[in-house]
Amino acid sequence: MYKYDQYDRAMVQARVEEFRDQARRRIEGKLTDDQFKPLRLKNGLYLQLHAYMLRVAIPYGTFNGAQMRKLAHIARVYDRGYGHFTTRQNIQYNWIKLEEAADLLGELADVEMHAIQTSGESIRNVSADQYAGAAADEILDPRPWAEMIRQMTNFMPEFSYLPRKFKIAVIASPIDRAALRWHDFALRIVKNDAGEIGFEVYAGGGMGRTPFIAYKIREFLPTGQILSYMQAVLRTWNRNARRDNIHKQRMKILVHELGEDEFRRQVEEEFQHFLTLHQDFPQAEYDRIAAYFAPPAFETGLSEEIDRSDPDFALWVDRQTVAHKAPGYAIVNISLKPIGQIPGDISADQMDLVADLAERYSFDDIRATHAQNLVLPHVRKQDLHAVWTALHEAGLGEANLDLVTDIIACPGLDYCSLANARSIPVAQKISERFADPARQQDVGELKIKISGCINACGHHHAGNIGILGVDRKGTESYQLLLGGSGDEVTTQAKITGPGFDEAGVVDALERAVERYREIREPGEKFIDTYRRVGMDGFKEAIYG
Amino acid sequence: MKILTGNDLKNGRVIWWDGQGWSFHVEDAVDVGDQGETILKQEDAACRVNGGYALDAELDAQGKPRPAHIKDRVRAYGPTVRPDLTLKPADPNAGTWVI
Amino acid sequence: MADVLRFRDDPVPDEPAVSLDAFLDQTNAASVRIEAGDDVRRLAPVLDRTKLVEVDFPKFRDGRGFSSARVLREMGYTGEIKATGDVLVDLLFFMRRCGFDSFAPDVPFDMDDVNATLSRYPYVYQPAADAAVPIWQLRHPDLVNG
Repeated sequence: MYKYDQYDRAMVQARVEEFRDQARRRIEGKLTDDQFKPLRLKNGLYLQLHAYMLRVAIPYGTFNGAQMRKLAHIARVYDRGYGHFTTRQNIQYNWIKLEEAADLLGELADVEMHAIQTSGESIRNVSADQYAGAAADEILDPRPWAEMIRQMTNFMPEFSYLPRKFKIAVIASPIDRAALRWHDFALRIVKNDAGEIGFEVYAGGGMGRTPFIAYKIREFLPTGQILSYMQAVLRTWNRNARRDNIHKQRMKILVHELGEDEFRRQVEEEFQHFLTLHQDFPQAEYDRIAAYFAPPAFETGLSEEIDRSDPDFALWVDRQTVAHKAPGYAIVNISLKPIGQIPGDISADQMDLVADLAERYSFDDIRATHAQNLVLPHVRKQDLHAVWTALHEAGLGEANLDLVTDIIACPGLDYCSLANARSIPVAQKISERFADPARQQDVGELKIKISGCINACGHHHAGNIGILGVDRKGTESYQLLLGGSGDEVTTQAKITGPGFDEAGVVDALERAVERYREIREPGEKFIDTYRRVGMDGFKEAIYG
Repeated sequence: MKILTGNDLKNGRVIWWDGQGWSFHVEDAVDVGDQGETILKQEDAACRVNGGYALDAELDAQGKPRPAHIKDRVRAYGPTVRPDLTLKPADPNAGTWVI
Repeated sequence: MADVLRFRDDPVPDEPAVSLDAFLDQTNAASVRIEAGDDVRRLAPVLDRTKLVEVDFPKFRDGRGFSSARVLREMGYTGEIKATGDVLVDLLFFMRRCGFDSFAPDVPFDMDDVNATLSRYPYVYQPAADAAVPIWQLRHPDLVNG
């Protein structure tokens, strides 16, 4: 993975000292909260329901054992013994003190991590395919481009105060594991007919209260022009977006209001201008970064055999491991969704264990996924049993990847000051309802996503089944949605009808699942059946 | 009744105005009547509170203030999904006070 | 404290700035005031008579002025670009990089904060409207881009 050089180190260190100074000025009363808020947000520090919350960037979801151990240390020393993996491959802590935040950022810098631009109206952490560098289906490893984009988009002077946040994703596979078209700006690395590598470019996606699926705005962008192109997109948006209503300032609104074609035309015009400035990074810089992502020294001649005599282990192997590009290796998914637990939460001790396993069995490589799980990308098949045994003993051995209990949920009203309803208890109740492994396996792939308010951090718009918490006259109420996805097709879920209370929404969801089991055709996943029969095929079962 | 809450500027903890200063416990909150804005202004200027605001509350069966909105009750108690991290980890009924 | 912070040696333009529409109409005007929503590219035909462009920040979170300044510099404008209004000292370094060379904030800056902000970052990752050399170029001193 990427290693900082003296320049990266100096920039991150400068950021820590800048924040230390800003926090001091706030505590001394030289900055008002209105002035300080955007400054702290640019360093990922929120004020939530119970305390300050810090969101730490995990660039493109890749980190190593030493970094994970530092995250565990931070959980113990600066927080209350745990962290929460988010839907954008980041980790956040819920009980941070402002007076200690700069020291914490300094500790992160020691292991080449930061919280730069993890919140606020800025270019956020770049997300990527969690199987990058291991997936059998990728054209090349997308992470060197993601790292290059990190360096292009951190501290961009012209875009110091964008109209709203700006989220970028990069993948290099035909299969979309990163919910590409739900991003403001997204790149798929492709090869054209001439065999040249370039980007297929998407723009104007996003969830929130006004969801839009991104348009493809360019078929092929030469990789060497990416900075010019991103600057063109950002400038077009920065200059033309509304500034009078925070709910209408995301780029998706501008793209929608201008229309796909006019937005594309304006971007292309600005792009031609930027090309004349000759500001793009050279191939040599890409080569320098890409060298850090050279494949690890995979052993050859390894056995493909897995001893499946233990049925629990065999179930886990079938559910949690994915084909690796190197013979004898597997990609291991670690579920952070034990039955009845809080989606994405992980204790400091569990973090230490994952760090150990990564160092011992996965070339010191860990990934965070947007589904709030972890990945050990390069595990020898002969080591799978040892990995499973250790995970199982630590409470991380659940076999539920992409199943009905592998639920995405935002922190909701238990933690978040924006939330209208609690998300986590709903996730826990669904998880307990479907706890039986045989039942889960029978239902098959079904992505449930729960948000506690219309900001949609729990991705309910993209859920095969989505749940949206709303405030109905001071009590929690939940809307049920069906038919969303973040896959290659990408669809937006639709509301089924009137809302439910907490117990009611779990029952309604179960009725929808049972309806699917009745009407599915052989081989159909839930989303396939929904796409075949539509809402009408489910509505009566849900509402009777 | 109107009570005041906010977060401690330095450590972020949820605090409630008890008439003299700030308490971690909502039970200590006092009715500020129409003085809320004045108190908040003075406390904000003194950097003792961050994001302070006034809210409606009523007295519960024990005669203690109970915020009218669920969000403020979650603030007063802690995350309902982690009773061990709340202000009343040993009280099995504390969760029902929130909901 | 300083009411106006200026990074230029030439004489301070003394005529009051007028709106963009008025500036385009009045062929003898030399100072123009750009509101956050104005398109500075309309100044292209009259840049040679422009001595001062004031770019207003109605609130510091409104980042349109950053683009206005950089677009002006990309058009070849070398006169003064002054940031006015709700300008926070923490933005100074990035504003300088976009081409601002004077500042008249609503609330005067503390000079210690100014100096701390301007000396904060030893390097830059990207090119902008200034002459700073991006980090990639320091890494590859033998290369010139483009």
